[in-house]
Amino acid sequence: MKNQLRPALTIFALLTIITGVIYPLLVTGVSQVLFPSQSNGSIITVNGKAAGSELIGQQFDDPSYFWGRVSAVDYNADLSSGSNYGPMNPALLEAVQARIDALQAADPDNTLPIPVDLVTASASGLDPHISVAAALYQVHRVASARGLSEADVQSLVEQNTEGRQFGIFGEPRVNVLLLNLALDGIK
Amino acid sequence: MNIYSLLQIVLFMVVLLALAKPLGSFMAKVYQGERTFLDRVLGPVERFIYRISGIDPKEEMDWKVYAIAMLTFNVLGLFFVYALQRLQGVLPLNPQGLGAVSADSSWNTAVSFASNTNWQGYGGEVTMSYLTQMLGLSVQNFVSAAAGMAVLVAFIRGIVRHTTKSIGNFWVDLTRSTLYILLPLSIVLALALVSQGVVQTFSEYKTVNGLQSSAEQNLPLGPAASQIAIKQLGTNGGGFFNVNSAHPFENPTPFSNFLEMLAILIIPAALCYTFGVMVGDTRQGWTLLIVMTIIFVALLSVAVWSEQGGNPAFAAMGIDQTQTNINPGGNMEGKEVRFGIVNSALWATATTAASNGSVNSMHDSYMPLGGLVPMWLMQLGEIIYGGVGSGLYGMLAFVIIAVFVSGLMVGRTPEYLGKKIEAYEMKMASIMILIPVFVVLTGTAVALMSEAGRATIYNPSTHGFSEVLYAFSSAGNNNGSAFAGLGANTPFYNTILGFAMLIARYWLAIPALAIAGSLASKKKVPAGAGTLPTHTPLFIAWLIGVIVIVGALSFLPALALGPIVEHLMVFK
Repeated sequence: MKNQLRPALTIFALLTIITGVIYPLLVTGVSQVLFPSQSNGSIITVNGKAAGSELIGQQFDDPSYFWGRVSAVDYNADLSSGSNYGPMNPALLEAVQARIDALQAADPDNTLPIPVDLVTASASGLDPHISVAAALYQVHRVASARGLSEADVQSLVEQNTEGRQFGIFGEPRVNVLLLNLALDGIK
Repeated sequence: MNIYSLLQIVLFMVVLLALAKPLGSFMAKVYQGERTFLDRVLGPVERFIYRISGIDPKEEMDWKVYAIAMLTFNVLGLFFVYALQRLQGVLPLNPQGLGAVSADSSWNTAVSFASNTNWQGYGGEVTMSYLTQMLGLSVQNFVSAAAGMAVLVAFIRGIVRHTTKSIGNFWVDLTRSTLYILLPLSIVLALALVSQGVVQTFSEYKTVNGLQSSAEQNLPLGPAASQIAIKQLGTNGGGFFNVNSAHPFENPTPFSNFLEMLAILIIPAALCYTFGVMVGDTRQGWTLLIVMTIIFVALLSVAVWSEQGGNPAFAAMGIDQTQTNINPGGNMEGKEVRFGIVNSALWATATTAASNGSVNSMHDSYMPLGGLVPMWLMQLGEIIYGGVGSGLYGMLAFVIIAVFVSGLMVGRTPEYLGKKIEAYEMKMASIMILIPVFVVLTGTAVALMSEAGRATIYNPSTHGFSEVLYAFSSAGNNNGSAFAGLGANTPFYNTILGFAMLIARYWLAIPALAIAGSLASKKKVPAGAGTLPTHTPLFIAWLIGVIVIVGALSFLPALALGPIVEHLMVFK
């Protein structure tokens, strides 16, 4: 036991310096040079002011904007979280029903089926994306609220649709914040 | 399941298995002390470490000294992480001014990271200072993984060597695992992740004004990528942020997701090949890798099918859960759109097959059978790929059982790779298999019988039972993922789960080393006509049978009370 104490202490100290100080500093240094935008949070700047992160969803519930996923934390980025409701939890079914009601109240004439990702809470509470189907579902509401033609709004959706990464990874999706910035003619 | 879902799964498996051989043979070189292309840079660092520490790298240990060295090192790490959390309020690199972590939470987290479990009782962005994350948690991510790999290598030496007491030098195995394997892979992965949008900075959190209401949003930042890389590679799993790899800053794109999933399984899978090289018969390594892969793919199919099938209660409300090219469909509660169903289910299966425990979707919101898959994979003992090192020595305990039982059937003394398997090895292998079962089932029972254990259950009915069973399955097998609705950051759960993690880690590692010591001291017996070959399809089927039967017999009654009855209620 005693014989092992010295190597335990010194190796612990040295590996702490290597993996706990040098390694993160090295990665930070290289990242800040090679990927300055990504390593600092992919911030979108509008008129010189930080308007959000491309990767972090924001709260939208005005009929004239596209809405994102339901968020268990109301897009408060201080503490990310999902709802953690089990599939039979009455609170889950109430929350989904409330969301359906809100969507229908904002757009009573819409007869399209509601895509599942538009009424369910994301894992992080900060999901920046919705499915293409969820964006198309909202075209009618956004177009009428803004007095635009549905075709114009739909083409904006198409311009802001990201395909599968490298043609294979993930799901086709729409970044809600970028789409809404485009709607406001900002970006 | 559409063609893209299938393609992504196939691509993942192909890349994983294709990398097993090159990485596996590289690791064999590292552990056999051969020169590698990294020697030029890392050789001087390695020798410097030995010189300062007064270690002669050629001096070897018997299994007891090896175990004592490992335990001493881990206890030291545990105290250090505990102290860092308690003192972080007065230490530097704390731009958010976070205060000391509570005593019970600090204990839980210190055990959790020292034991390679990385159960998260806390939310990273509101609890841990940058200093604690780097100097405490990140370091443990490296060294707890390296310690697991060291124990595995000692175990393999026990099989390979004969009539000797020595099974290697713990300090050398620990140092070489960290320097030559974990560190270079982490640097590459961390930079790849930053390119996708994972944050890596020492700046304070960034406040922005939202578009719709100009409401302030406070974006958490930090040196995340460097920690996430090793958390995935070392099958640690403790996230930088509360929701782990579901957080867009921790896992921003489908490609970062692919890399992170690959990182979960790559070292455990490649270690099978390393094992084959070191025992001088790569077929033995491939056999174990095939066993793992078959069980993995079978359970993955259940998870994808269950989640893609969706929630019947949603269907009753007229919600569209059909999978199309513009709609991921299925049960999207607790999942992110960029990952959809298939990458969420694939991750959930991989993270619990290995003892990783990071998540990219909320397992608590899975359909009953979708949630059963990760739970049962943990209960099998984290041997389907498993933790780095610990997964393979756990699997080898099952191999010993399988060889022994088949030996009994034909009335011959069982042997494995030229070593007789006798009563001592069987006792130790049984301990390795029974300890986690005991911890999970008694822990769950104690929690459910106590007021404090029931108080923080989140979901009603049978799903609440599943939350507790999942927590103990996770801690009792050093996984670290959770049905996160359960309020586990309480003195009760922090304490009891802390003990579960300690027992599960060391009561497996120590018997594993004991087996290694015993096998090393034996003579080698040449294979005879009655020797059961352990690289045939027959043995593969037999080993799968043993694993599944032990897993099913141990946990079927508990699972019946949780996910199985819930499934029957959902689909009645």
